[in-house]
Amino acid sequence: MARRSMPILRQLCNFPSSNLTPTRSVTYMPRPGDGAPRAVTLIPGDGIGPLVTGAVEQVMQAMHAPVYFERYDVHGDMDRVPEDVIQSIKKNKVCLKGGLATPMGGGVSSLNVQLRRELDLYASLVNCFNLPGLPTRHQDVDIVVIRENTEGEYSGLEHEVVPGVVESLKLITKFCSERIAKYAFEYAYLNNRKKVTAVHKANIMKLADGLFLESCREVATKYPGIKYNEIIVDNCCMQLVSKPEQFDVMVTPNLYGNLVANTAAGIAGGTGVMPGGNVGADHAVFEQGASAGNVGNEKLLEQKKANPVALLLSSAMMLRHLQFPSFADRLETAVERVILDGKYRTKDLGGSSTTQEVVDAVIAALD
Amino acid sequence: MATQLLRRRLTQILSHGSPNPISLPRPFSSATDTIRATLFPGDGIGPEIAESVKQVFRTAEVPIEWEEHYVGDQVDPRTQSFLTWESLESVRRNRVGLKGPMATPIGKGHRSLNLTLRKELNLYANVRPCYSLPGYKTRYDDVNLITIRENTEGEYSGLEHQVVRGVVESLKIITRQASLRVAEYAFHYAKTHGRERVSAIHKANIMQKTDGLFLKCCREVAEKYPEITYEEVVIDNCCMMLVKNPALFDVLVMPNLYGDIISDLCAGLIGGLGLTPSCNIGEGGIALAEAVHGSAPDIAGKNMANPTALLLSSVSMLRHLNLHDKADRIQDAILNTIAEGKYRTADLGGTSTTTDFTKAICDHL
Repeated sequence: MARRSMPILRQLCNFPSSNLTPTRSVTYMPRPGDGAPRAVTLIPGDGIGPLVTGAVEQVMQAMHAPVYFERYDVHGDMDRVPEDVIQSIKKNKVCLKGGLATPMGGGVSSLNVQLRRELDLYASLVNCFNLPGLPTRHQDVDIVVIRENTEGEYSGLEHEVVPGVVESLKLITKFCSERIAKYAFEYAYLNNRKKVTAVHKANIMKLADGLFLESCREVATKYPGIKYNEIIVDNCCMQLVSKPEQFDVMVTPNLYGNLVANTAAGIAGGTGVMPGGNVGADHAVFEQGASAGNVGNEKLLEQKKANPVALLLSSAMMLRHLQFPSFADRLETAVERVILDGKYRTKDLGGSSTTQEVVDAVIAALD
Repeated sequence: MATQLLRRRLTQILSHGSPNPISLPRPFSSATDTIRATLFPGDGIGPEIAESVKQVFRTAEVPIEWEEHYVGDQVDPRTQSFLTWESLESVRRNRVGLKGPMATPIGKGHRSLNLTLRKELNLYANVRPCYSLPGYKTRYDDVNLITIRENTEGEYSGLEHQVVRGVVESLKIITRQASLRVAEYAFHYAKTHGRERVSAIHKANIMQKTDGLFLKCCREVAEKYPEITYEEVVIDNCCMMLVKNPALFDVLVMPNLYGDIISDLCAGLIGGLGLTPSCNIGEGGIALAEAVHGSAPDIAGKNMANPTALLLSSVSMLRHLNLHDKADRIQDAILNTIAEGKYRTADLGGTSTTTDFTKAICDHL
């Protein structure tokens, strides 16, 4: 993971004149033919989306990464995701996407949610960690929030019972709860994580969240090496702002996941820097970690000061998913170097650079 | 922050003339008119901290006469819980009350105590003022906001059922009446306390009809208060902004579930539930201030408990009764004592006992 680049980074800090003591390089043994370029669907999206996806394209080109993008234009005000986009993602199996704006209160369901449901991307992952050099109020944050992506409160089943009374259904099924719990524990196992915490509100919603917890507990028994505990969502948010170092991997139903992911992203540096993605059994869509529906405002767009770091780190996750780990390491090291340097930072990180300046700095920092 | 407090006091003094449309008119002019208030000391550390409150009020000469009620050890058939009918009648009569932490006894056949109080007294809004305590350093120093949470419906209606094995449905209900009620209270509160902005927190981009109805009601009420800025913030943005820069928010109004989470998040920003006041507002101007922390049975009776939460809640009770000068005096005394740092209870990192802390506050009055 990105932690492997830390020793290299530390050496750079100690010896600013690239007089590095030789270290053994990390090598990954590919199969013959693994270097063939892979196609990735690219959806620029709305608002700042095209700006940040453009940034990723530039950096990929500079690295000569074996990926090429098939671009498709989708906008938030379409009522369905176009069929050819879905076909392309099904063919390529991997997609990189900027945010899609959702019209508020209109009759249209969010396109982000539609895409996830169509491709059955049932796990949404956000990795929130402190970037070295970025000052935040909380230290030692390294949290991965795994959120159930298809059911729960976002089922979209609402109706007006009588004028002035509206009902919304929250669905929890054993099938979905089990598979997200399995994914969370598998993720923890494969990434050497020590603890999985289930976030719930089962003291009030006894049947619904109770079912979710039951599924988590069952899966926990199959992974005895990983610690498992449960926390109520309001206590969880309180602990996140006071002692975030106690959390490792968190598995949550849909709505709480949204809140917890955004809170965790906020304490670790903001949604402009946290990578994330959605994954299903067959496909994966990588996008800015938390708050993917946030497409920025016009001022950000005009001045071209959107933060590309989140999408750059997500594309590094994508490169690892495509099994190009060395490119992913290079990209992450370059981004971390730029952040550590502190000269080129966008407005949400306290600087005043434009997107292009940050991208140029990242390209210059690539080795 | 000092200028903000000053500005707020000035607007409070100026708006004293406007009648409070929600609470019933009372003759507050003479200080000798004692007001009866119900007190539920609660369990665990409850009696000790309630004693603290009584002592501080006595020293400050607050014209309140307490009517104490205890949670019984038998289920009262009239209320289906351990709270007796007399206790509830007392709150209904006095229209004002203070509640300590209550541990819900485990078992079946009765309703939870908090649920009983909420349903019987029709407590529709939960108000939590969260401000950084000067002198108690947390990572956030400039928190000054109020969270107003709708307390009766939303996701906590308790209507769940199993459709088939392995599939559960839970209903979230939003009604126009409840949303209007809490929005009215939020704007009224903002006006009487000199607040400039009210933010409605929602997830209407996904839950279009339910949160859409809540927002529509808030907008309607906002039109009646043109001097207060009204904005709508999506909840995930709100969470992120709260942890990055809590000074951006002033008054927050939200439905039940979001309110629960956000109000606890804000409590975490200022130092935890042990320092957070809370007040529940009911129909007809009933106000039940409460301490939201647990009953801490492990330190009960050891004179170690921190009475700050219950004291600050009693201050918000006094504000509801329009006894603003007494409320300010007591609040200043509490803040000064904590700021000084000489007398602090164990949970704030000090070594004082409850009685010492209380005495220090009385000395500051």
